[in-house]
Amino acid sequence: MSAKHGTGYTMGFAAAVCLVCSVFVCLSAVALKDMQEENKKLDKQKNVLKAAGMLAADEDADAAKISELYKNIQPLVIDVKSGEVKKDVDAASINMRMAVSDNSKSFKAPANDAKVLRIPNEAVVYQVMEGEMPTMLIFPISGKGLWSTLYGFLAVDVDTTTVKGVSFYEHGETPGLGGEIENPKWTALWKDRKLFDQSFQPAFKVVKGIAGSPADAPHEVDGLSGATLTCKGVTALVNFWIGKDGFGPFLENFRKGGI
Amino acid sequence: MASKTKEILLDPLFDNNPIAAQVLGICSALAVTTQMSASIVMAIALTVVTGFSGLSVSLIRNYIPANIRIIVQLTIIASLVIVTDQVLKAFVFDISKQLSVFVGLIITNCIVMGRAEAFAMQRKPIESFVDGIGNGFGYSFFLVLTGFIRELTGSGRIFGAQVLPLASEGGWYTPNGLMVLAPGAFFVIGLTIWALRTWKPQLKEEN
Amino acid sequence: MFEHYLSLSVKAIFVENMALAFFLGMCSFLAVSRKVDTAVGLGIAVTFVLAVTMPLNAIIYRAFLAHGAMAWIHPDLANLDLSFLNFLTFIGTIAAMVQIVEMTLDKYVPALYSALGVFLPLIAVNCAILGASLFMVERSYTPGESLVFGFGSGIGWLLAIAALAAIRERLKFHNIPSGLRGLGITFIITGLMAIAFMAFAGIQL
Repeated sequence: MSAKHGTGYTMGFAAAVCLVCSVFVCLSAVALKDMQEENKKLDKQKNVLKAAGMLAADEDADAAKISELYKNIQPLVIDVKSGEVKKDVDAASINMRMAVSDNSKSFKAPANDAKVLRIPNEAVVYQVMEGEMPTMLIFPISGKGLWSTLYGFLAVDVDTTTVKGVSFYEHGETPGLGGEIENPKWTALWKDRKLFDQSFQPAFKVVKGIAGSPADAPHEVDGLSGATLTCKGVTALVNFWIGKDGFGPFLENFRKGGI
Repeated sequence: MASKTKEILLDPLFDNNPIAAQVLGICSALAVTTQMSASIVMAIALTVVTGFSGLSVSLIRNYIPANIRIIVQLTIIASLVIVTDQVLKAFVFDISKQLSVFVGLIITNCIVMGRAEAFAMQRKPIESFVDGIGNGFGYSFFLVLTGFIRELTGSGRIFGAQVLPLASEGGWYTPNGLMVLAPGAFFVIGLTIWALRTWKPQLKEEN
Repeated sequence: MFEHYLSLSVKAIFVENMALAFFLGMCSFLAVSRKVDTAVGLGIAVTFVLAVTMPLNAIIYRAFLAHGAMAWIHPDLANLDLSFLNFLTFIGTIAAMVQIVEMTLDKYVPALYSALGVFLPLIAVNCAILGASLFMVERSYTPGESLVFGFGSGIGWLLAIAALAAIRERLKFHNIPSGLRGLGITFIITGLMAIAFMAFAGIQL
């Protein structure tokens, strides 16, 4: 550290440091942006595929395989309130997580057990296609667990009530207890359970203890031990999103063959 | 020269370990060590940042006006961390998601600032770089060890592969859930420090 | 709305305690917890700076850095995403705010300044402060929520460090194995405190 410098020198030095640093930062940000976007996209696609059971839950698939599998999946933009499909809106332009903090893109949710505060006006749901025919519907779901907001995807058969699969891709629950919601062994139990009762009212429930086979307990899934509140949250959020305030209107349109 | 470089590199590993001896940079050491893979990525990221911040601060050490030196160091470190974060997001996306805010917190990791201020401001660039890498290694050693213990005892795995068969899946090992939670990290580090200080008595502090 | 803020602050103070659940601000947490007086002083300074910088960073983030945030300046800027500048901006704001707080206190509240003065420079590199701002981005808190969250986290941190300092003052009179003295036993005590704080886990308002 040398002799005293004048103010001009200090300012000049500060400016030079800023310039050099900004060049490095910008170069890296711009050069790597495409790869990051690609990663984000693949990550999301992977979660959709996992919910659909097209990718094993603990499988670490590469980009080529994910893109190949994802070809069969068609995103649909829907208006949540009316349940109508908006064909002219690009699914890539919708960010539901951002929309809920923007008053012009979301509306206040009625009081609910899932503690969902706002609902986006437009949501993206996915259809798994076999040729021209949809074979499965995949919905984004979210809601409060014990500690954190859980985010996941729920895959439903075209009869709109039989569960095909579920995956929670983001949560901050206690590892080993509530965190077990991402355990593939538990999510496998969801398969073939029914979401609705005879009159299409939401009837899904994560029970305490063992629920039994899908034939004995069509609407129930085993609880996770030591995670009562997380399980309550899961029950609430599933019933909220399949209910009239969530994707209910869309599901009803779909049942009528209206999409 | 060669032996001196070696000394600068190896001294922080045990004798002057930044975590055990100097109590620096503990925040991230605790938070990211539930899994080996995350610990190793974090360790590499910090070593790289410490090394290069030492190098660049030392390169301009004779020109930095004394009254703005802290903010200049902070700017350099923050820029390096941003670059590191961008690289992690591009190449190891899954792990960068796990590390979440803790990559950014390398900026406030006292090891990086401490070495820049205490060593790089006085020494030649190459020495400062080696010193940074050495301190990074000292930190890495602790991180990887803690990660190993916590992942093995907490979930019976190493690098995500099951090594101890779990009781719930027909094996014999019942995972100790406490180890993956916050308190487990404190216990593991406290006990490791005890072990290290018994082995190297000069590290002991008088109460 | 009030309930929402209340539950957020309870969460920040007890359930997601900065020091005991997220390990933030550990360096000074361990280094400055030898005496209760100094620990409380540092805790108050941290709370103060957190409560000031969090909403400020939230506003800056929402106005300039987030994806599409600059649209209010010119529609062409709607696609700009400057969020990679988070770290640099936040640390800059924090360092500047600490400096301003220090100067203001010195000029107008000298009594408070002489009590907190020595801690303020330490705070600029306290990871609890930067960490809180990064959590704000990750959890997309509004400026109002950030204020509550910042203040709550500060109080939580203050509680934790004061409690630890009180225990450490007592430790002087105990016969601890020599290798465990100082840092080792402090870690283990902190671990036990973290277990105690986990009891707050189920609380929901």
